[in-house]
Amino acid sequence: MLIKTRPELPSSEITPESVYVNRRTFMRAAIAAGAGAALTVPGTPLVTEASAQAGNVWPITNAAKSPFSTTEKVNAFEDITGYNNFYEFGTDKGDPARYAGKLTVRPWTVKIDGQVAKPAPYQIEDLLKFPLEERVYRLRCVEAWSMVIPWIGFPLADLLKKVEPTSKAKFVAFETLRRPGEMPGQRQAALEWPYVEGLRLDEAMHPLTILAVGLYGKTLLTQNGAPLRLVVPWKYGFKSIKSIVRISLVEKQPPTSWNIANSSEYGFYSNVNPTVDHPRWTQSRERRIGEFARRPTLMFNGYGDQVASLYTGLDLKKNY
Amino acid sequence: MRRIIKVLVFLVALAPAARVVTLTVTDILGKTHALGANPIDTLTDTTGIWTLRFVLLSLAITPLRRLTGWNVLIRYRRMLGLFAFFYGALHFTTWIGLDQGALWPYILPEAGPDQAVTWELILRDIAKRPYITVGFTGFVLMIPLAITSTAGWIRRLGGRWWNRLHRLVYITGICGVVHFLWLVKVVEAEQITYAAILTVLLGLRLWWAIARRLAAPAMPARRTVSSPG
Repeated sequence: MLIKTRPELPSSEITPESVYVNRRTFMRAAIAAGAGAALTVPGTPLVTEASAQAGNVWPITNAAKSPFSTTEKVNAFEDITGYNNFYEFGTDKGDPARYAGKLTVRPWTVKIDGQVAKPAPYQIEDLLKFPLEERVYRLRCVEAWSMVIPWIGFPLADLLKKVEPTSKAKFVAFETLRRPGEMPGQRQAALEWPYVEGLRLDEAMHPLTILAVGLYGKTLLTQNGAPLRLVVPWKYGFKSIKSIVRISLVEKQPPTSWNIANSSEYGFYSNVNPTVDHPRWTQSRERRIGEFARRPTLMFNGYGDQVASLYTGLDLKKNY
Repeated sequence: MRRIIKVLVFLVALAPAARVVTLTVTDILGKTHALGANPIDTLTDTTGIWTLRFVLLSLAITPLRRLTGWNVLIRYRRMLGLFAFFYGALHFTTWIGLDQGALWPYILPEAGPDQAVTWELILRDIAKRPYITVGFTGFVLMIPLAITSTAGWIRRLGGRWWNRLHRLVYITGICGVVHFLWLVKVVEAEQITYAAILTVLLGLRLWWAIARRLAAPAMPARRTVSSPG
């Protein structure tokens, strides 16, 4: 096993706080959070949004900057919203942008259950009240391409702490909406539906792990997993489950969709790891969307400094 | 008339390549995203699927001829086969040159950080990744067929040996379908369709070969100049 000890995120890459903190947005978020006031998402729907999603897309102006953000060049909005793997809408990269517009995202309830002291259904409006941050993360797809995406969201830990996991909770299981009427891909058996994913509790509580509600300064488009999705930047993209309707705290390692579909190719952990190839293609390099030549893939997608300690003593070749 | 039809078939067969070139030029000059977010994948996929289509088209000529009696179809088989090779060559060049990056140092030196030509990685991938191994095999097997596609080579080899050699295209067809099945994350109707078409095309040949044997059992097979098709 090889865990690189070299810093994957050099300090020079982290924007100094004085630069990144937009004081006004930061203070607004802080005040809102402190007062427990409803963080209403102000403004009117973006009329520039030509799609059927116009009514559900709002600007988010209260997201604080984060030291976890990379300063790498962010990908174009049209690439982030036009080149997607979201098999609920079809397996072509363009299918989600073509078909996801029909998905109804209001009302939206996220059921939180299992080993928690305070199980509850959460309305999306309640979740939007968590203090929001912008997190500019690298996203590495298992298909060996990558993007840099300015997510807006809040740490999953914030929500989990609120529902109080019991001592029996060891894993977190997630479930995507199942609604074949609006998700044409679910009428085919590309995968078992609903899509399910999971994390170890410590992975879920890690400060890098967020629930995203927006990107590029506005709420998520449905092709990106509106209204609520997971983002775990050191794992392959398919771990970051979209359009979540259920979060369960569980005792045992939960089943995950790609592992069910093909367990020899997709493991539970699925950490980005250039030294462990996918059986059918190499993971040592990737193509950043917008670039031509491939670049080397970094251990834990460049987040090794923050997350490598989660896997001390774990054989990452076996636990791929 | 015959000539006009042949030119028309040629132009239709060339159309996918023309479209790829148009999109590429539009993308580069106009920055219009004509090739999508991942242009190299688009180029690789498009040239790949047309390779498979032309391999299957050229394999369809003989069964179609036999079933319909339209012997005129034989006139287009060589052209379709050469187009299969043409698209295969484009596909292979796109993959090795643009996707794997062997060409970047020459056409776009400032393209990216990964400038060391990774021949070692490329060769390892060909050997180690089954879907690349079969795709590569299928393409390489087309090279002798393209070279010996001329009337001169048919004469030099003799019809019998030329026919035998050109049966390699059966293997290319199988390699192409398997390549497609193995490279996708989830097998869907598209891959199944190509596999089914190939199965029919090769199955008919097998069926006819068996029927021929059964029809003339004890006789030392009289060699007819059959086409390899």
